[in-house]
Amino acid sequence: MPEQFLFAMEVILNGLMAGVLYALVALGFVLIFKASGIFNYAQGVMALFAALTLVGIMDGQVPFSHIINATFGTELHHFGWHVPALLAIILTAGVMVVFAWLVQRYIFRHLVNQEPIILFMATIGLAYFLEGVGDLMWGSDIKKLDVGLPQGINEWIDVTTFEAFGYGFFIDNLDISATIVAIFLVAALIIFSQYTKQGRALRAVADDHQAALSVGISLNFIWVLVWSIAGFVALVAGIMWGAKSGVQFSLSLIALKALPVLMLGGFTSIPGAIVGGLIIGVGEKLFEFLIGPMVGGATENWFAYVLALLFLVFRPQGLFGEKIIERV
Amino acid sequence: MFYREAGDFKVSYPEDSQTFPIKFDRYRYYLVLAVAYLVIPFFINDYWANAVFVPFLIYATAAIGLNILTGYCGQVSLGTGAFMAVGAYAVYKLMTAFPEVSMLIHVPLAGLVTAGVVTIFGLPSLRIKGFYLAVATLAAQFFLVWLFNKVPWFYNYSASGQISSPERSVFGIIVTGPNTEAWAKYMICLIFVTLAALIARNLTRGSIGRKWMAIRDMDIAAEIIGVNPMMAKLTAFAVSGFFIGIAGALFFSVYLGAAEVGESFGIDKSFLVLFMVIIGGLGSIFGSFAGAAFMVLLPVFLKNVFVGMLGWPTDLAAHLQFIVSGGLIIVFLILEPHGLAQLWRVAKEKLRLWPFPH
Repeated sequence: MPEQFLFAMEVILNGLMAGVLYALVALGFVLIFKASGIFNYAQGVMALFAALTLVGIMDGQVPFSHIINATFGTELHHFGWHVPALLAIILTAGVMVVFAWLVQRYIFRHLVNQEPIILFMATIGLAYFLEGVGDLMWGSDIKKLDVGLPQGINEWIDVTTFEAFGYGFFIDNLDISATIVAIFLVAALIIFSQYTKQGRALRAVADDHQAALSVGISLNFIWVLVWSIAGFVALVAGIMWGAKSGVQFSLSLIALKALPVLMLGGFTSIPGAIVGGLIIGVGEKLFEFLIGPMVGGATENWFAYVLALLFLVFRPQGLFGEKIIERV
Repeated sequence: MFYREAGDFKVSYPEDSQTFPIKFDRYRYYLVLAVAYLVIPFFINDYWANAVFVPFLIYATAAIGLNILTGYCGQVSLGTGAFMAVGAYAVYKLMTAFPEVSMLIHVPLAGLVTAGVVTIFGLPSLRIKGFYLAVATLAAQFFLVWLFNKVPWFYNYSASGQISSPERSVFGIIVTGPNTEAWAKYMICLIFVTLAALIARNLTRGSIGRKWMAIRDMDIAAEIIGVNPMMAKLTAFAVSGFFIGIAGALFFSVYLGAAEVGESFGIDKSFLVLFMVIIGGLGSIFGSFAGAAFMVLLPVFLKNVFVGMLGWPTDLAAHLQFIVSGGLIIVFLILEPHGLAQLWRVAKEKLRLWPFPH
């Protein structure tokens, strides 16, 4: 088999894995957009904040130590204990629920019925705010996140493919575990929204706010719920990206990676987010591999957007979005 | 009492259709112009020019541009940063290719170039609407920044990949480069912002502005009553691009002096200008100025408070600045979603009745 083809195969596989991670972030967007019509730019920063909190709890960091030290002249840094990963994840999930409640109670309750762009701007404000809080609470240095996921090249795939094709594929163990976790997460979300009372209520709200309200569903509760779920999804995304490239500011930029995925898949469709993520992941890796060297590389930043843009010109509501019907 | 239409008789058509038909508005406008042109240039120093006035005037121009697109025509754009970069690179190429030509010609030319580029990126707006369009403009943002980084022709093959503005003058007065006097920087920005505001104000009052607003309020209904949506949207993109290009050209040549595209014209800039427009008030020229002033003064003020008064380390102050500006934006949106311009409108309404409350 020609080598170029094998390289391309490897690139596609890696693209699929990256696509899963994009889809994970996009999922958080879709959940909130469906349930409340808020285009939540802060999703990426939520992932960063969740990852920072997780690392902070695991290492027993003193929150706000920096500002306390600067104000009172103390030398606080660590509590001196280590929290096991699982407990830390549960605690962080708890923090995200509190965060969801705060956001709902103090921001979006006051902005009900505002125009979408105002809500969007509010989430950008929230993103700035949360970024500042995260840095202030846990410090802005790059942190290593290790929750015990396997890392490094997968030997088995390397050996098997080498025996089969004479060329060993390089697949990161972390990507494989991310894919498995993502599959479980999506399955859990589907089961939750199809078979539980709250899940049904959530779908009802997504369908029609007023009708849901009139049959006695509490919008406030649903919105807190959906922000909590989005917070949890952000936590998972934060763990995966954080384990991959360290917990640092650039983690919040994955929100920008998720936007073209959303455009492609449609803002209101969960399957769209997943399929869109995979298409973008494969598309940009393949483009960088085939065309990138000819135009100077680093095409990954914009290719996804241009792909989504071209796609939208032919199908304005995205791949799986609801058909846009306009009336005067 | 002060602000009223009553008793202000117009006896000719030009009087009736002047830019500011109400006396109070007109005198206020003359007063602002007089202070800006005749008072401030004599008192301005380097700190005030670089920290407050020059960025304020430049961002006000950009905000006017974005306001025309987003506030008047309803097309949300997140590509402002990159469009400013187009203006900056256009003026850089013009300045280096034709050194003897005055900046007063180069800057509008850069605006025209930007208008062309923005119109091309505005084409998808004919098919795509709302947030899909907003995200689509991000394509412009990332693509253009990448392009300016990767094609050496744009930065004249300089080793650092940066562009730096050479010394150029207007009527013998140096306006760009490191030897520029504070008042010269201020004046050139002021001239362009005055023109931009005047043009924008009159465009939005006229038939083209009404078409934009019809498209904003409901594009299908507008189409039915005879507004050509393609023309309306594309002219909005072009006019907006023209002003944003001028702002970008001034931002690079007068304010920064040297620029690296990813740093100076990144997505942060897009959001910053969008914040100015939202906080100032969508669909208001005055709002563009108010929003620009607010967003320029806020960091200066916060830095002075945190570092100057409380004596905290600068990195801590930077984090707090994020928190406070993010928080203020949210508070502002909750309290007054229509922006500072709405506060001004309310104040005028009060003035109209004062001192009798009914």
